[in-house]
Amino acid sequence: MGQVLALSDLLDARRVWRGRPVAPPPSAQPTGHPLLDAALPLGGWPEHALTELLLPADGVGELDLLIPTLVRLTTAGAHVALIAPPYIPYAPAWQVRGVDLSRLHVMDAQPKQALWAFEQTLRSGACAAVLGWPNKVDHHGLRRLQVAADAGHALGFVLRDRKHAEEASPAALRLELDRDRQVRVRKCRGGPTPTSAFAIASLH
Amino acid sequence: MLWACILFPHLGIDSVLRRHPTPGDPLALIGGPFQRRELVAINRAAADAGLRPGMRLAAAQAIAPGVAMVEHDPTQEALWQQFLAAWAYRFSSQVWAGWPNAVVLEVQGSFSLIGQWPSFQAQLREDLTALGFRHRIALAPTAAGARVLAGVEDGLAVLTHAQLRTTLARVPVRRACLPNQAGPKMHGMGVRHLRQVFELPRDALRRRFGVEVLCALDGMLGDAPELLECYRPPDVFDLRIELSYEVEHHQALLFPVRRMTADLAAYLAGRDGGVQQFTLKLEHEGIAPTDVEIGLLAAERDPAMLFDLTRSRLERAQIPKPIVALRLVARNLPPFIPSGRDLFDERPEHAVPWEQLRERLRARLGNEAVYELAPTIDPRPENAWGKAQGPIARAPDVPSRPTWLLPRPVPLRDYRISILAGPERLETGWWDGEDARRDYYVLETSQGQRAWAFCPVDEQGPWMLHGWFA
Repeated sequence: MGQVLALSDLLDARRVWRGRPVAPPPSAQPTGHPLLDAALPLGGWPEHALTELLLPADGVGELDLLIPTLVRLTTAGAHVALIAPPYIPYAPAWQVRGVDLSRLHVMDAQPKQALWAFEQTLRSGACAAVLGWPNKVDHHGLRRLQVAADAGHALGFVLRDRKHAEEASPAALRLELDRDRQVRVRKCRGGPTPTSAFAIASLH
Repeated sequence: MLWACILFPHLGIDSVLRRHPTPGDPLALIGGPFQRRELVAINRAAADAGLRPGMRLAAAQAIAPGVAMVEHDPTQEALWQQFLAAWAYRFSSQVWAGWPNAVVLEVQGSFSLIGQWPSFQAQLREDLTALGFRHRIALAPTAAGARVLAGVEDGLAVLTHAQLRTTLARVPVRRACLPNQAGPKMHGMGVRHLRQVFELPRDALRRRFGVEVLCALDGMLGDAPELLECYRPPDVFDLRIELSYEVEHHQALLFPVRRMTADLAAYLAGRDGGVQQFTLKLEHEGIAPTDVEIGLLAAERDPAMLFDLTRSRLERAQIPKPIVALRLVARNLPPFIPSGRDLFDERPEHAVPWEQLRERLRARLGNEAVYELAPTIDPRPENAWGKAQGPIARAPDVPSRPTWLLPRPVPLRDYRISILAGPERLETGWWDGEDARRDYYVLETSQGQRAWAFCPVDEQGPWMLHGWFA
């Protein structure tokens, strides 16, 4: 011991077992955006996990990104919850885009209560997808949400300001939205991170 | 019907001893008027030291100076009787706690669930021993009969009315729990056993001792129906324990807290409920109590788990002053769903249906906080949506609308706006005085946001932001 060995020599001598990563099973939750699906290693949203959307401002296409998924889930009869949305979800517009409003539940709550409600809803297994806008959540809080999403087999979507992009996050997938309605993948579980940006198909 | 009567001959002292850290030390309950204090009840160690109930306080202190004295509180006894009724409620839906120091429950209806009387009785005794109450149990076809038998001998079980009559006939009148002090009076007249009472002419009995005695005898034998008001468990658990000394450390609180959480668990099992949130109040002298909130992810009632949670929260709590009393309050008692699941169920183990989750959320966030949305037929955007009541109709077709709506329009201050679409003129609302005449445009801000904004008719600006095409 204590002897210095060059890593490349060891690798060339084939004395180090490098492991074989097992490809995770493909996701059964397509995003509804074919380009994004094709680029993501799992072919869709990470299941039973948290997805983080980092926004430069409100109204840059974050819902256009999510609504195809919400349409698919609600029309299939699954429940979807919005925890303390920052604005009023405008019912006629959501309906025109195809969301079954009877399966879409909105909760009003103070920030602290909202985090509790977010975790409870994720953990309960009652909702297939839960959207939340936690403003002041720390790494510990996100970690709790991630565990709750795993326990409840739910898709958790955290929408936060882009200034949090540099902080580490336990979310399985982190997407950053641009001013020109482009999506960039910052982190993704299950494979290399795609480098190119994708345009969000506008729904209106 | 078969009634089991559980008599608690030492309810007062047991309720004190069970939360005492060293129940083996001599202890006495004292009561009576201030000038004439006397011992009301004592524990075994105190009896060994030579004390007797009824002894004057001064005499007791002379005989055994080291005995701990606790003030006797009859209201506490009533509370504990209610607690025991709540405990008994898990064995039977018909529980009565109207007699002092006794709880009566109908057991025949529960035999198929819990087992025949021997195992039923064993379970009652096991539970009561664990809870720390000395008890005597008797079984009879009438509640009053069971009460008399429990007072005479522990463990008697009588199954038929005829058997009950012969058994009761041998009971001394003084121990027959007759009203109006009839027992001692009859004893003084030379009537020694109930058999002699049964043989007396009813008319004479009524004249001498009052009609209540006749009613008691009929109820005891089953000749008249018994009217018992069944116990109904309260919806709030509230238990308070006064400590006999001031406590400054968490460690010393653990014993009473363990008892309290165990009592909470017993109460929850009785009503087949769980608890998701409760408060432990640490009461101090002179200042407001310190609240320790304990919240759970799901409704639970396992005593060990409740205690562990409470302990971990308690250890983190700051104690500003010595604690003189503890109080445990649980108001939110949702139904308890044991974790059972279908073999082929793919949902997670603890999954709850949406309706149940909704109730849980509403309980904490408020009744109005969880809702669904529905479009309305009003063309004004601010009125074109509402909280859903009943089935959701389809909205009339309109040009493209934003997914986010601002609660009220705000001025849009941005000088590098480009117009993407518009105008869409809205001229409506004349019927209710809130006329709206606006031109709506889809704009793109310098931040890249798609805004839905309006301005006065035939103008372009100043813009009022009303929504986002998110």
